[in-house]
Amino acid sequence: MAENIAFTNARLLDPASGTDIPGDVLVKNGAIADIGSLFANGAPDDCSIVDCGGHCLAPGLIDMMATLGEPGREHKETIATGTQAAAAGGITTVVASPDTRPIMDEIALVEFLDRQAQASGVINVLPSASITKGMAGTEMTEIGLLTEAGAALFTDGYRSISNPQVLRRALSYASHFDALISHHTEVPELAGDGVMNDGETATRLGLGGIPNIAETIMLERDLRITELTGGRYHAASISTSESVAAMRVAKDKGLRVTCGVAPYHFSLNEYEVGHYRTFTKVSPPLRSEADREAIVAGLADGTIDIIASHHRPEDPEAKRLPFAQAAYGAAGLETMFLIGLELYHKGQLSLLDLLARMALRPADILGLPQGRLARGAPADMVIFNPDTPARIDAAAFQSKSKNSPFDQRPVQGKVLRTVVGGVTVFEAE
Amino acid sequence: MGVDVVVDRLGETYSEPLMTSSAATPFPHRHLLGIEYLSPDEISALLDLSDAYVDLNRRPEKKLSRMRGRTQINLFFETSTRTKTSFELAGKRLGADVINMSVEGSAIKKGETLIDTAMTLNAMQPDAMVIRHSDSGAADLLSQKVNGSVINAGDGSHAHPTQALLDALTIRRRLGRLQGLTVAICGDILHSRVARSNIQLLNKMGALVRVVAPPTLLPAAVDRLGVEVHHDMVAGLKNADIVMMLRLQSERMKGAFVPSIREYFRYYGLDRDKLAHANPDALIMHPGPMNRGVEIDTEVADDINRSVIREQVEMGVAVRMACLDALVHQELVSPTEARA
Repeated sequence: MAENIAFTNARLLDPASGTDIPGDVLVKNGAIADIGSLFANGAPDDCSIVDCGGHCLAPGLIDMMATLGEPGREHKETIATGTQAAAAGGITTVVASPDTRPIMDEIALVEFLDRQAQASGVINVLPSASITKGMAGTEMTEIGLLTEAGAALFTDGYRSISNPQVLRRALSYASHFDALISHHTEVPELAGDGVMNDGETATRLGLGGIPNIAETIMLERDLRITELTGGRYHAASISTSESVAAMRVAKDKGLRVTCGVAPYHFSLNEYEVGHYRTFTKVSPPLRSEADREAIVAGLADGTIDIIASHHRPEDPEAKRLPFAQAAYGAAGLETMFLIGLELYHKGQLSLLDLLARMALRPADILGLPQGRLARGAPADMVIFNPDTPARIDAAAFQSKSKNSPFDQRPVQGKVLRTVVGGVTVFEAE
Repeated sequence: MGVDVVVDRLGETYSEPLMTSSAATPFPHRHLLGIEYLSPDEISALLDLSDAYVDLNRRPEKKLSRMRGRTQINLFFETSTRTKTSFELAGKRLGADVINMSVEGSAIKKGETLIDTAMTLNAMQPDAMVIRHSDSGAADLLSQKVNGSVINAGDGSHAHPTQALLDALTIRRRLGRLQGLTVAICGDILHSRVARSNIQLLNKMGALVRVVAPPTLLPAAVDRLGVEVHHDMVAGLKNADIVMMLRLQSERMKGAFVPSIREYFRYYGLDRDKLAHANPDALIMHPGPMNRGVEIDTEVADDINRSVIREQVEMGVAVRMACLDALVHQELVSPTEARA
């Protein structure tokens, strides 16, 4: 992109420097060349101009966990549709979950994903790889070679490694390569045949329950293992108040541990299951209101580092089933930011803190130069209006899958434009 | 035999020397269970005697009589080719009657305990028992129950003292010393008795020891053994005088400890590129049997200028002769006398 672009008349929001000022951004060769009050006397002639109309301009969002369907699940999502959905949601970099068919546990598959992303992705797609071969939870993958091939992190997706020795060795081995181990924490035996949060609602509905301890026991186990092995550990998705407390303790100890949440865990609770709404069947399950409040508090005080979409596209056939048989997962790329903005509107998180959870911290954890408005950083940006009233319409999603628990939810906020490397990849009508 | 047996509280037993000729020095050990019981002087003296036996082993006529009339039992609970053969040759060249017992066809297969087997064999009055066992501490246990000498030919992940001695002999003959050398021991340190015995011996003799392995193949608190710990081969091999490779067993390279052979070789296999970071004349050692293409590249393993892997095998026989000789007589005959 040799073209120079002036983004003028913006409200600049940079979580890295804590900046919230009116100003402009000059983009050259796909990178941010300058920021500040640049064009008081008009933009230079050699620039194309994007007038931001006084709206917010912030670093593009970085999503550490989304299922993009390729290879093997193209009927649910493709890299083309997934990245278009992400762009519509203000996301400029996405980590593709390795829960593909076959599972991303081989160098050739990581390279395939890279090629597909170059060919059909409209935003940055970072491949990840599984921690264990076939996500079987027994033998570690080629963490060194896969890191060299470009795997941004290692995760067994929505499966937990129940054998602690396997996780211990993986963390220990990965530490030499400084590879990030991102883990879904749920003791399978405690989850048992549970399909939603354990408690009164599950009892009334006659559904099997997944108790909070299923998550927290494994999280605490993992944190103790990390204390022994060193290495970088990320709890992919926590949902209980006890897990927030456990993370707080681990961080106070100085462990190199981080954690994330999915938007539905700070915005919804178990009552949303209602009369067996399978779009609310997610893993970990929607928890109690007290847990939801604890998640919000954890986000506010920084115990919870990041928000990831946990986009898990499912076709209607996988969801139009009795609750227990329905697939887990919710489409989330297009709603992550809008649901996140609810925290801002409720006064629970400032805009800058929200952007830190969705852009800056993920960038730091992944070691990316993005996530900030800084000279030299890639020009990955989102322009948005936080106040536009809107209603989420799953039928209008770019994503192939419409399984959103937020369908028809009234929200405030609108992504106006998404820019990757200086190129506009999404623009609102 | 009229040996006065003294048993100390550690269970290490030794007896008063029967006779001391002017040319011999006392060697007050009845067993060789590990390197920790040997002083640096004793190690040097054992290596001096081994040197003499190397010369003898190169003569057409190899038979001596220093163990004539003595009985040596090789008790191998783990399969072994080179160590068993080496001990058998060592005993025979010293004139001993050597019996090999392997687990196949032994009473162990019928459920006999180690101690019962030891007591049974002990009743046959062997002078030396050479034991290899998959459990750490097996040689120790045996030594508490028998009257003759026990030589540990490898117990679990604990010790393999004759391997450390033969490695030291190989190095000393090539480089003239052990003191001040930098030795990088690379690979599966976690499960390796060879590594543990070598760390002890080399530290006693004033060498600088490094261990190089992925974190999953290092035991806990390995730095407390007096070694520099490296996870990166390039840093670990930098300026090394000796590169000692360890065998990685195939069941350990399928995902439990390391992901694959391919990845292990990429980061920890000794090839020309990695070796280039060691000293230009660094020696390459391997206790065998080698996994070519796993921990060592064929080109490097067969480099006649650098690889001393075959020499290690030759030194093994001489070192084991010296150990048997010293233990059975509880004295170290002078190398000059041994050569005569």
